[in-house]
Amino acid sequence: MKLQGKAWKFGNDVDTDIIIAARYLNSSDPAELARHCMEDGDPEFASKVQPGDMILAAKNFGCGSSREHAPIAIKAAGVSCVVAKSFARIFYRNAFNIGLPILECPEAIDEVQEGDTLAVDAATGTIQNLTTGKEYQAVPIPDFMRQIIDAGGLISYVKERVNKNV
Amino acid sequence: MPMTITEKILAAAAGKDSVKPGELINARVDLVLGNDITAPVAIKEFQKIGVDRVWDKDRVALVPDHFTPNKDIKSAEQAKMVREFAHQQELSNYFEVGRMGIEHCLLPEQGLVGPADVIIGADSHTCTYGALGAFATGVGSTDLAAAMALGETWFKVPESIKFVFHGQLGKWVGGKDLILYTIGQIGVDGALYKAMEFSGETIRQLSMDGRFTMCNMAIEAGGKNGIIEPDEITRQYVEGRTKRPYTFYTSDPDAEYTQVYHFDTSKIEPQVAFPHLPENARPVSQAGQVEIDQAVIGSCTNGRIEDLRLAAEILKGNKVNQRVRLIVIPGTQEIYRQAMREGLFEIFLDAGAVVSTPTCGPCLGGHMGILAKGERCIATTNRNFVGRMGHPESEVYLANPAVAAASAVTGRISHPEEVL
Repeated sequence: MKLQGKAWKFGNDVDTDIIIAARYLNSSDPAELARHCMEDGDPEFASKVQPGDMILAAKNFGCGSSREHAPIAIKAAGVSCVVAKSFARIFYRNAFNIGLPILECPEAIDEVQEGDTLAVDAATGTIQNLTTGKEYQAVPIPDFMRQIIDAGGLISYVKERVNKNV
Repeated sequence: MPMTITEKILAAAAGKDSVKPGELINARVDLVLGNDITAPVAIKEFQKIGVDRVWDKDRVALVPDHFTPNKDIKSAEQAKMVREFAHQQELSNYFEVGRMGIEHCLLPEQGLVGPADVIIGADSHTCTYGALGAFATGVGSTDLAAAMALGETWFKVPESIKFVFHGQLGKWVGGKDLILYTIGQIGVDGALYKAMEFSGETIRQLSMDGRFTMCNMAIEAGGKNGIIEPDEITRQYVEGRTKRPYTFYTSDPDAEYTQVYHFDTSKIEPQVAFPHLPENARPVSQAGQVEIDQAVIGSCTNGRIEDLRLAAEILKGNKVNQRVRLIVIPGTQEIYRQAMREGLFEIFLDAGAVVSTPTCGPCLGGHMGILAKGERCIATTNRNFVGRMGHPESEVYLANPAVAAASAVTGRISHPEEVL
């Protein structure tokens, strides 16, 4: 999957309350969640972000709550992928389950500047900075996660298993 | 092969003799859990799988606790969806308002989780049940949906970190202070994807309520699970309560840990975690002059009977400061009833506090105590992120129930001794 867009940079420990504040969790409608994506970190984010843009964050992105509304809000806001130095574990799993590409690449986070245009191959994990011409390689996605992606997400993967059992 | 308690539980659940950290396993689950925020998304995903029924109607627990009693129309719609699904699936463990509690106080109390269980819940504080010697971890709604259909889930076996607590706890120091201190030492990603095993003589003397508090906040250090080897204190809690047969696992003496920390608990003061991360823990004596507008005593972290007793001990004969609102939220209907019987409500009301029905409410900025711009709250809850309890420019300070109660009396963050 080839993705292209501008980089929006965030710092360490971006928590799920920043990504989608709990006051909006009385809805699970992706479009509504998207309108408030990253609101308590950057109130303008949802209006500035363009389809294809990427979130680049430092360590422990998505820490805190298990709310799947967090990756849903990011995806529905048009963000094509999140690159971080590391992810909190529940967010990591949720992102795969709902089909939001995420990559771990500390070098890219240190060097890419806000507003740089990036091209990402989510399958191979290569990240090209089209603004500077530099290329980075993200940590490979575990094989098992790859199987879930190839099946079209966790629910499709489970469907296949259920059908085999019947 | 020597194994930790976490590895032993996961090996048994995967039907294997042994497992190693990093290994991917399919494990049966003993119970899965959702609430009024996470279950609606899970139900929608479950309906896409193409099975009519959940795998076991006795092992899917749904607890509407976050925005209940319904705080607005949208929340009411979400709660209604969960209720209708529970009735349609004939779930035996759906807990209606009036018969419910905050999920992580409720499930252990009701004996629905026990030692050696594997539990996943669509709530990050599911790790609470590790206090019973279970493997319990938070997942998202889609993982919950898959487990509701299959009765199993996949895990990457985590590496373990051992925390050994030595020494006697000071008078006003409890499980909350030990876990805040620990997170302060290792940081909010200090145990990322790892099992946090709490051990040592201090833990052996710690009550079940204190142990629940510690394991509850493992997620605040990024942990996959928190866990404590079961002992006599565990046995007393689960006997006659836990509904399924249980096993007590212990870690082998030569089990492998990526790190081992030793803490002298006799030197640990009551802790306060400053905004906006739980790792910003410092001794209450170093808090300085921090005036507060609100105090909250409750939540899945500190809404149990011991917590309320501790708060009452401080509040007895004292008044809540004129400028402060004190909100007390018992964790379950049972805890509520017990507190009422013990006369704790009389003490809270005399002091000028409000006592609420069980709800997660203010902890996540839902309802029942939202903060305005610039307001500060001391809370016995688990997170002090930006905007966690209301306005993005409000502040939350995390502490134990005695510190929260004392601070409510003085109007600023205070050591319990200040008001006695």
